[in-house]
Amino acid sequence: MGSVNANNMKAGALAIIICGLLVAVSLSGCTENKPPVTEKVLIFACAGDADKLDPADVTDGESTARTDSIFEGLVEYKEGTADIQPCLASSWTTSPDGKNITFTLRQGVKFHDNTTFNADAVVFSFERQYNTSHPYFQYGEWAYWGYMFSDIQKVEKIDDYTVKMVLSRPNAAIMTSLAMFTVAIVSPTNAALWKEDAFKHPCGTGPFKFVEWVKDDHITVEAFDGYWRGAPDLDKVIYRVITDPSARLLAIQAGEIHGMEYPDPASLAAIESDPDLKLLTAPGMNVGYVAMNNGYGYNDTNHNGMHDQDEPWVKTPGYFEPFTNKSVRQAVNYAINKSSIVKNLYKGTAIVAKNGMPPFMLGWNGDVVDYSYDPARARELLAEAGYPNGFNTTLWVMPVSRPYMFDPSKIGEAIQAYLEAVNITVDIFQIDWSTYLARTQAGDHSMCLLGWTGDNGDPDNFMNVLYGENQCTLGTAGNVAFYNNTEVQDLLSQALQTYNTNERAQLYKEAQVIIHEDAPFVYLAHANQNLVFTKNVQGFVLNPTARYFFYPVDMT
Amino acid sequence: MKWYIIKRLLQIIPVVLGVTLIAFALIHLAPGDPVRTMLGQHATQQEIDDIRAKYGLDQPLYVQYFIWLGDVIQGDFGRSILTHEKVTTEIASRFPNTIELAIAAMIFAILIGVVAGIISATKQYSVADYSVMGLALFGISMPVFWLGIMLMMIFGVFLGWLPIGGRIDLLLPFQRITGFMVIDSIITLNGAALVSVIRHLLLPAIALGTIPMAIIARTTRSSMLEVLRQDFIRTERAKGLSEWKVIYKHAIRNAMVPVVTVIGLNFGLLLSGAILTETVFSWPGVGRLVVDAVYARDYPLVIGCILIFALVFVIVNLITDLLYTYIDPRIHYE
Repeated sequence: MGSVNANNMKAGALAIIICGLLVAVSLSGCTENKPPVTEKVLIFACAGDADKLDPADVTDGESTARTDSIFEGLVEYKEGTADIQPCLASSWTTSPDGKNITFTLRQGVKFHDNTTFNADAVVFSFERQYNTSHPYFQYGEWAYWGYMFSDIQKVEKIDDYTVKMVLSRPNAAIMTSLAMFTVAIVSPTNAALWKEDAFKHPCGTGPFKFVEWVKDDHITVEAFDGYWRGAPDLDKVIYRVITDPSARLLAIQAGEIHGMEYPDPASLAAIESDPDLKLLTAPGMNVGYVAMNNGYGYNDTNHNGMHDQDEPWVKTPGYFEPFTNKSVRQAVNYAINKSSIVKNLYKGTAIVAKNGMPPFMLGWNGDVVDYSYDPARARELLAEAGYPNGFNTTLWVMPVSRPYMFDPSKIGEAIQAYLEAVNITVDIFQIDWSTYLARTQAGDHSMCLLGWTGDNGDPDNFMNVLYGENQCTLGTAGNVAFYNNTEVQDLLSQALQTYNTNERAQLYKEAQVIIHEDAPFVYLAHANQNLVFTKNVQGFVLNPTARYFFYPVDMT
Repeated sequence: MKWYIIKRLLQIIPVVLGVTLIAFALIHLAPGDPVRTMLGQHATQQEIDDIRAKYGLDQPLYVQYFIWLGDVIQGDFGRSILTHEKVTTEIASRFPNTIELAIAAMIFAILIGVVAGIISATKQYSVADYSVMGLALFGISMPVFWLGIMLMMIFGVFLGWLPIGGRIDLLLPFQRITGFMVIDSIITLNGAALVSVIRHLLLPAIALGTIPMAIIARTTRSSMLEVLRQDFIRTERAKGLSEWKVIYKHAIRNAMVPVVTVIGLNFGLLLSGAILTETVFSWPGVGRLVVDAVYARDYPLVIGCILIFALVFVIVNLITDLLYTYIDPRIHYE
């Protein structure tokens, strides 16, 4: 029994020590001495962690939120706009046929590893994405290249500070695309040092250099003293991961963080009335819509992303007779009360959409008169189309909320109720997100909710990607209404090759008039982007591309 | 005893093989595709095919399984499809966080649960008994998510006593060695970091430990009540031992076998079930990792995590079984 007693006593003593320690620690909280903070450290809470920190190899906003501090491209967006201005390229000229762009590079720019930025770095950053025999091609998926940059045939060095970009065809959107994170310039020396692990040791020319990444917890960047525009005011930016929106708000209220993304729309009023916080709101570059399956798609057998003569139109699996009829589609547009959806389900932090891209973009057509909320007119149109008693259909509802659609389930239910009122009985169908995308792109649905967040700020990135007939590819459709109108596609293709801004805008406006009349979609809303900061954070500007730049930002 | 342990350790192999086989089949049979998740809304068929081929996802399922198994035997768990990071690195960076949280939660649950259970049993049908059991009922039925938010609001925002998320004050200098932050701060003699780490542990540990605490309290109570009615306790009392000695020296130990079983089971559950707590408190643990991986259909990462969970379950069960022999010397394993 002696040993048992001794053990019991040990256990008891341990328990007392642990209890004491816990009490001491929790009490010491009131008097915990933090080291004096002289550094300006901005802690920003993100909703998720980055996937990778190689800007060319990411598709998610959380990764680009971090890489935007570390990397820069040849050109960049003017603060708060989707217009471009010089960055690492100080100037450029375009050949008369629009197929060659020659860039003069900025001199005296250093990477964070103290190597010099030059033409070799530019060629490296591009070539690794398109040249399959490049030694670094194997280290990434380069998901954006095929989709946005495939018109670039090659990038070649003329001299140390001049590069030439050769396009396979004129592309008026390419300059805005070049401001995207995908084509940011990376240090070739750093890439050679880390090879397949370079994605976790990012090194660019931006205002902040990478310090550490603790997975799912935080990423720290610190001021780069050698930054070519001058060192930033902030000493450090720490991107913390706080996935739950209520927890993010509590953290900023408790003063643990200085900024946060994606506040819960339901708490916006509380944030605005909090004297310590400020809410930044700006129109978002997105559109949320209901797509009605127009019935026909094609198989892109030669993978050229274009509908060719030898690729016949075939019925989509979700072919549904009523939606092939324009009057029915217009009736659906009349039947849905968009203002009410925006007010009650988007909680007012959105605007009603009447065109397929947001109003601040080049070529948006303000003259289009939106379908009003008019159930009586909807019933008339249905009767004219031969459906006086309505019909039954299924609405596919996204299982996740996206920046363009906060609460798809509730929006789906609202649409169900509005359509029921005009005798269209709607069943709701939901499935996991990746399957949802795959099956809507294959045309399995008769009607679905979806939307789009712009990549580069160019109208082509909305109009062509979402509404062109070339995008009616069964299996990978961007145009999930399978709206195939050759006239519209011709206008969009012509616009992409038109470098004159006014002429280009006019072509998009014409296309919007036709799309409005054909009504393949019900455009619901353009959701705002919202960020919250503490009052002492100065100078942060929201960008339509939803990218976060902490230069020049300061804390008082 | 030695042979028993070796035998039990060898049993891990078929268990793990079975678990990975089932997990592999289930996650691959579930709808969804990691490549589409990765490429988003604009992928071309060519890109999808290329990347599926690159990760061997175009192979038949059994071929994929044997390739994976062959690699695992050589210590290669593959790379995450979504993040390109090695699966072992992904798990190793989260695992210590979850273990630390689970241990802290368990310490809380055991300390409070056992003491409350004993008080409740010794003062049966008293006010103390009713309040403890009432609280236990409350604790067991409270949603972790709600409890977490309440703790954060009260102790983090209103009182301002404790931090409401994360692992440490990010402004403190800290050196990572083992990944176990309590241990790291002790090794590096970093007192400020130790205080900060423990302060960050408290609220999540309470949130996570409340349900096991309630279960332990109830189990301790019923087990104690049973022991206290046995003959040897009456004998002790008849010998004139003080009530405190009867309970502390004789009753508790005899009542502990079912309690240890419950603790063992709950510890395994805490590891895999910490997802809600990890989400509310922004805790970078394995629970969140595996849920994200399942959403992204990141097959190598999902299977890697499940493998780790299976191992932990098996090992905790073994430890529990071995503890029985310590608590009750009448139990022997041959």
